[in-house]
Amino acid sequence: MIYTDIALGGVIVAVFFDLYGAKTALLTKSVFWASYAIILPFQLITNWWLTSRNIVMYDPEAIVGRRICSAPVEDLLFGFALVLSVMSLWVYWGRKGYGAKK
Amino acid sequence: MLTFVVCGSFWLEIVLKIQVLRRVKRLFMSIIPVVIPFLIWDAYAVRNGHWKFDPDQILGIYGPFDIPLEEFLFFLIVPIASVMTIEGVRTVKKHWPVGDEKQ
Repeated sequence: MIYTDIALGGVIVAVFFDLYGAKTALLTKSVFWASYAIILPFQLITNWWLTSRNIVMYDPEAIVGRRICSAPVEDLLFGFALVLSVMSLWVYWGRKGYGAKK
Repeated sequence: MLTFVVCGSFWLEIVLKIQVLRRVKRLFMSIIPVVIPFLIWDAYAVRNGHWKFDPDQILGIYGPFDIPLEEFLFFLIVPIASVMTIEGVRTVKKHWPVGDEKQ
């Protein structure tokens, strides 16, 4: 269940980065959860596509085994960590004055 | 799959004028530091067989550490789509704070 462990680690790192690293606190904001709610169904569709057609195959030893839309549950943790980290860093740079909207 | 993600998100750039692609520097500053650890993880997982890709269903072009080209594109396009999504939501829901507003 090594994928499970690393994915959980990724989520923990992303959460700490958002709350205590970049201090963007997106986890407390509606704008993040609304965005994630939009992203999640798309992720489930692409996950389903990639796994049901065996484009990506997982070692059963590396995962817990529970699947959602044919993809390992770990994929949702991975996706959450990726999305939260990127958004948090984006907001962090914005707060520092980079890339303001013209 | 990547085309699907591009189609699902990049229209926001035009319709909602979110100007994400025009802010390339901030975009790359947000993507690169995050994606590097994820690619290291990917390389580690591929090497140890935690997951593998069907050679018949990918282009067959491999980058460093035997990571397929599609994986690199994934780690470029998905973060862009994420930023576009949050900027799209911000545009529609102007009263929702994001945290980087000018004082």
